[in-house]
Amino acid sequence: MTVSEEREGAGSPTVTELPDAVTIETEEGRLLAERLADDSRHARKLLEVRNLSTQFFTRDGVVHAVDDVSFELEYGETLGLVGESGCGKSVTALSITRLVSSPPGKIVSGEIIFDGIDIMKLSSEEMRLLRGRKIGFIFQDPMTSLNPTLPIGFQIAESARLHLGLSRKAADDRASELLSKVGIPRAKERMGDYPHQFSGGMRQRVMIAIALACDPMLLLADEPTTALDVTIQAQILDLIRSLSAEFGTAVILITHDLGIAAGMCNRINVMYAGRIVETGMVDDIFEQPKMPYSWGLLDSLPRLDEQKGARLRTIEGLPPDLINPGKECRFSPRCKYVHDRCRVEEPDLSAREGEGHLARCFGTEPGGWIK
Amino acid sequence: MTAMPAESSGNLVEVDHLKVHFPILSGIFQTESGRVRAVDDISFQIRKGETFGLVGESGCGKSTTGRAVIRLRNPTDGKVLFDGKDLMTLSRKDLRKMRRRMQIIFQDPYSSLNPRMTVGSIISEPLETHNLVSGKARLDRVKELLALVGLNPNYTNRYPHEFSGGQRQRIGVARALAVEPEFIVCDEPISALDVSIQAQVLNLLVELREKFGLTYLFIAHDLSVVRHISDRVGVMYLGKLVEVGPPAAIYETPGHPYTRALLSAVPIPDPKAERRRKRVILTGDVPSPANPPDGCRFHTRCWLYERLGRPEQCRTVDPELRVVAPEHQAACHFAEEALQSDVGVAHRTGDAGMRRGTPDSATAGLEAEHAAAAVASGGSTADTPSASPSDDGEPGG
Repeated sequence: MTVSEEREGAGSPTVTELPDAVTIETEEGRLLAERLADDSRHARKLLEVRNLSTQFFTRDGVVHAVDDVSFELEYGETLGLVGESGCGKSVTALSITRLVSSPPGKIVSGEIIFDGIDIMKLSSEEMRLLRGRKIGFIFQDPMTSLNPTLPIGFQIAESARLHLGLSRKAADDRASELLSKVGIPRAKERMGDYPHQFSGGMRQRVMIAIALACDPMLLLADEPTTALDVTIQAQILDLIRSLSAEFGTAVILITHDLGIAAGMCNRINVMYAGRIVETGMVDDIFEQPKMPYSWGLLDSLPRLDEQKGARLRTIEGLPPDLINPGKECRFSPRCKYVHDRCRVEEPDLSAREGEGHLARCFGTEPGGWIK
Repeated sequence: MTAMPAESSGNLVEVDHLKVHFPILSGIFQTESGRVRAVDDISFQIRKGETFGLVGESGCGKSTTGRAVIRLRNPTDGKVLFDGKDLMTLSRKDLRKMRRRMQIIFQDPYSSLNPRMTVGSIISEPLETHNLVSGKARLDRVKELLALVGLNPNYTNRYPHEFSGGQRQRIGVARALAVEPEFIVCDEPISALDVSIQAQVLNLLVELREKFGLTYLFIAHDLSVVRHISDRVGVMYLGKLVEVGPPAAIYETPGHPYTRALLSAVPIPDPKAERRRKRVILTGDVPSPANPPDGCRFHTRCWLYERLGRPEQCRTVDPELRVVAPEHQAACHFAEEALQSDVGVAHRTGDAGMRRGTPDSATAGLEAEHAAAAVASGGSTADTPSASPSDDGEPGG
């Protein structure tokens, strides 16, 4: 995906001033301030995550929710994090933004480099600046992420005022412009309405407007359409797709729906039990997946073009307990192709055919026993 | 299973002009100021042994229909005949007897099981209610049911919170099966579950249907799931049935523009097909069922209406379901135009692209390996993964 050098549209405000309230404390923070002033793309990745591990310290033990996860994200690219509940996809996204609630959660190791800045070194205030300015969020349930007691116009303008330092008037103008951009009819009149006056799909549009208010470089969308009906889902996905192309915003899309991932993403990370088990360009993941878990996920989907009656191939059993993941391949207890080696040793991600295509499986390695 | 009195039509369930309206009460005297027409005059039949799938978006009235069909909800108007008897006019006693023959499985496996009851008592409660078996025999029956749905029969003293979502849904299925019903309303039975677990529960429902000759009313919003399980499909929009037919007709040559729009919105797990396809994206939200549009209820969002230059008929006359092809009915004034269209059937063309996850070579390799292992160990089951009805939630047998 190519990104236009000039970032324009929606009257993208150029702001060089930092809000007065923020004091820059760290070396990395100064770098951040520099980046905020200079919006050009640098010869680097937007995001590099290296050996990230996030754990939750619970009464029952330490839950290894994200375990040694590494991946990269290019500017303007859409990356899918795909997997079933509890696989660590949401915790990965929360870790990137340092929003893991602590306690009980903690990022125990790893590096997260966002736009060249090591965010683990930022102070919490600097981190808030980064989140507000550079990262937008869309969550599954728009009703719980919007404040029910404030008009939506205020909620959109708020982040523009706080993070971009716009005047009340300028922020309101920007808010109504964004509202119409996300497809809310009569946007100006609806600025004073409260979240309950909007339907689910419309609320998610409002969330998108808030997420884009500061023209972020990265949009984190965590199951953005799971609570919506299929026709509304199509509208919202279409909106995310077109806005991210227009603004050159990179997207990390977290979803359990492989259909959505197929239509939205450039690259996909398949996650299982806290690990990335396969990663690659979207076509490789769907056309020549190299991990039995990916096969199982694809197999267990009923399809629109299918004749009735055929028994679905399922993945038997349940995902492992992440308190004691053990040394074996984490998918091995459910894997049909398991060999003794898989039960004593966990494979690393290793290269397969296709650009950046990696899989964590002994059986599909060159010379492995799975053809 | 009780013997069926010979029914000339072969229909187990007949729904005739069913209406379920909810009054909107307002003011201090709680006077009725309007009505939510959740289900507004729908008719359909479910044949014995058939699975009838009902799809639609939230608020279209599909769940209300499911509940009214087994009279968990009293209809405002219309009739439901179960095995030829009108459920609305049955005496309490007769209705209770009839209830044994019809059961329901709910969507949410978390809220539909009482957290203070053990699994054993949850499953035996219907046996008690209907005075079916008692004492030791009842416990045996509960164990048999647990094994039947693929759970460990020794789990009778456990509580629902000790089970995962998929396992809880199996408990819900066991409870429904306890009284040996003929007809089960499955109300979004798998939508709260993860993909791989959905497939397990879906397979279980299919197995049980074959084993006991069950008739299902299968309610879901997921179109591919409905195609997978149904013999006939009904599509609902705003309290109306807009299209009914066999899956091949509904999914390959839909005769209602709404069905086409729904199909067009379903994401296809194939990146090439996704890039190729042209979508009709419906604008706006579903109108309120308290104040449905005049004429055809779909005309406010209809792409065909726009394409045909907004014919007046659509705004003024509510279309009735009519036969558009053998066994295939649609409620659209312009169903013939809809049938001809190529909107929403992108999934039809892409059989080359629509592949399965597991490569055939891997399956073949696995079979060869198992065969070799069987020979090596003299036919005994070596280390082939055995499908034991243990705690992993797999259907046994």
